[in-house]
Amino acid sequence: MNTKVIMMNQELKTHINEALKKGVRLDGRKKDEFREIEIKTGVVATAEGSALVRCGDTEVIAGIKLQVGEPYPDSQDQGTMMVGSELLPLSNPNFEGGPPGIDSIEVARVIDRGIREGKAIDTKKLCIRVGELVWTVMIDVLPLNHDGNLIDVGGMAALAALENTRMLKIENDKIVIGKRTDEKLPICSMPVPVTVLKIGDNFIVDPTFEEEAVLDARLTVAVLEDDSLCALQKGGKASLTTKDIKGMIALAIDKSHELRKKINEAL
Amino acid sequence: MTEERLLVKDKDVVVPGEVLATGMNYLPGQGTYRLEGQIMANRLGLIMIDGKVLKSLPLAGRYMPKKYDMIVGKVIDILMSGWRMEINSPYSAVLPLKDASFSYIAKGADLTRYFELEDYAVVKITNVTSQNLVDVTCKGPGLFKLRGGRIILVNTNKVPRIIGKKGSMVSMIKRATDCKIIVGQNGMAWLSGEPEMEVIAVNTIGMIEEQSHISGLTEKIKDYLEKATGRKIEVMAEAAEIGEEVRSEGDMEQNGHEERHDQEHRRYEQ
Amino acid sequence: MRKYTERENGRGFNETRPIEAKAGVIKKADGSAYFRIGKTTAYAAVYGPRECHPKHMQDPKTGILRCNYNMMPFSTEDRVRPGPSRRSKEISMVTEKALLPVVNLTDYANAVVDVYIELTETDAGSRCAGICAASIALADAGITMKDMVAAVSCGVVDHQVAVDLDGPEEHLHDLDVADIPIAMVPSTEEITLLQMDGKVSQEELLQAIENVKPALKRIADIQRKALKDRYK
Repeated sequence: MNTKVIMMNQELKTHINEALKKGVRLDGRKKDEFREIEIKTGVVATAEGSALVRCGDTEVIAGIKLQVGEPYPDSQDQGTMMVGSELLPLSNPNFEGGPPGIDSIEVARVIDRGIREGKAIDTKKLCIRVGELVWTVMIDVLPLNHDGNLIDVGGMAALAALENTRMLKIENDKIVIGKRTDEKLPICSMPVPVTVLKIGDNFIVDPTFEEEAVLDARLTVAVLEDDSLCALQKGGKASLTTKDIKGMIALAIDKSHELRKKINEAL
Repeated sequence: MTEERLLVKDKDVVVPGEVLATGMNYLPGQGTYRLEGQIMANRLGLIMIDGKVLKSLPLAGRYMPKKYDMIVGKVIDILMSGWRMEINSPYSAVLPLKDASFSYIAKGADLTRYFELEDYAVVKITNVTSQNLVDVTCKGPGLFKLRGGRIILVNTNKVPRIIGKKGSMVSMIKRATDCKIIVGQNGMAWLSGEPEMEVIAVNTIGMIEEQSHISGLTEKIKDYLEKATGRKIEVMAEAAEIGEEVRSEGDMEQNGHEERHDQEHRRYEQ
Repeated sequence: MRKYTERENGRGFNETRPIEAKAGVIKKADGSAYFRIGKTTAYAAVYGPRECHPKHMQDPKTGILRCNYNMMPFSTEDRVRPGPSRRSKEISMVTEKALLPVVNLTDYANAVVDVYIELTETDAGSRCAGICAASIALADAGITMKDMVAAVSCGVVDHQVAVDLDGPEEHLHDLDVADIPIAMVPSTEEITLLQMDGKVSQEELLQAIENVKPALKRIADIQRKALKDRYK
């Protein structure tokens, strides 16, 4: 069911706050509970790698396309990567068509930051000829049904798709169309993004679309296998205290283990 | 001469373009049409055979405002002479000054004393023009501004099933969860109670929505509520199977009668 | 002397690729569907009737239908740049024209029914898959429509009618290939989409239209079943 108007008002927000104090969310979940997650890889044959992730009602598809081109001038011996995302009007009644708004740009850039700074892709191994020819990894993350938490679910889809990616053959500096190899894309790490919301004095993870509408602030934390952090993004109009940040990061690190396990199980 | 055949039975799910009957014996009602020697469905629905007339009750479709419907709306704009409300429909509604309160509201008064932006209220549709302009009133039994609680959206076509014949289904949920519940004809519903109980009520309503076309639902709902709340629940005598509830669309008692005992919530002043 | 006596993919000349269809796959939408033919996969979501923006597009006499066709960047071998293209805008328009004859929006004055189509993977026949998905999604949304609209790409390869061309067939170099996307209302056999790339004789075209009818009726049966399966 849908309505174009977000249903929240101040009284409903108070209501959610009161319920959270008793540890109950709108759908009965606990504050640190993720919805049911289902991950499928290799769902798009035209992509070099792909994954479909469902988290509750949120469903996101990610596809990887490999291209060849020139390296950046300041990293002549490395391949390049880029994350693109669009908030498709297909996925939620509140979206209308048109060029990507700031929200979809944020989703793309935060997922990008995690993967790039976490060095998920071994870009040195993507160099074909120094200074002349390198591989470019294009990661596109698109929601099919948006019921909240696009960054985390999109991030999981991107990571699963990267693990699913197989290299293409090159001949005469051009990609041979339709010839996939068994060689995996060189991957070094799995930086898992976890977004923690602050509503009143409560921290929750994996918000639904409704819960996102009443957030005071949020913090996305990209966590590596050794619990170190490689990307951060604060959102929302309210501020965070140092105590808040400590608590949110601890919660994010804790949840990242669960999510990484889920991704690895699906590979 | 086309053979006379009825190809569907009562309560069958039918889809656009499906042939329901052949020959000239049957007549097309709501949701069906005649194409030469056949009666076909023209929307997703549940078949109702009324003598010689084949009708289909819609299973999906957004709410279209109807006069006398009791609905839940949200104030989205404050006008010179009233308020505009979102009513979960392609069309918004206007609550005129004169229909907001039993007390006198002077011209130029601060309208936000009565309804502010984003306030929710139970209102009744007083008029729908041919261009789908909608007027509502908040003066009358069971009509009032809503305070607290939460709002959910349900399929407007399933509202009769959620309310039940003479309110029996929604009463059962209310008794089991101790929640106040108001289900608007427009698919906007309000609940208020303990958080865990609200969740049970919301899940129950979701179950009814999904299985509204299946018989034996009342028993299933009763079992679910008993398991979830740990209480024994009595099913009221009038609680009926799908056929009766679906046919009682016309004679159904609206929320107003059901909610009379909730009138302590009538507050027209801040 | 005919060269194309057997299809490159081994199918019968009137045989479509395997088809899979589901309704109600996008929870936030009023109606939705998934339609897969061979590898070509389309999702469709319907939102509406709802308030029409921009206001100047409103029609006081009836609701309007607005279709938007889009391919995801990874849905083709060569990555597609995100955003509308001239091709996607044209396909959006012919999709709308293909669906309009069956829908009745007269009760929805000033409102719009938005149909969004996304292709996650394509291997020829994408606009037809989009129309098939959109048709299921409209019915799933409870829109009044006299029938489904079924669509498939019919080909004429080496003067032979071949129903449902796939990618490799479309790109056969050494033979004459014409690609004819067709959409039809099964109960009346009215044609609501007809386009063609290639060169054919009049007889070949009329033969293609005849040969494709049974396939389209089968597709319509699959579409209707997808709707009903949601209510099992």
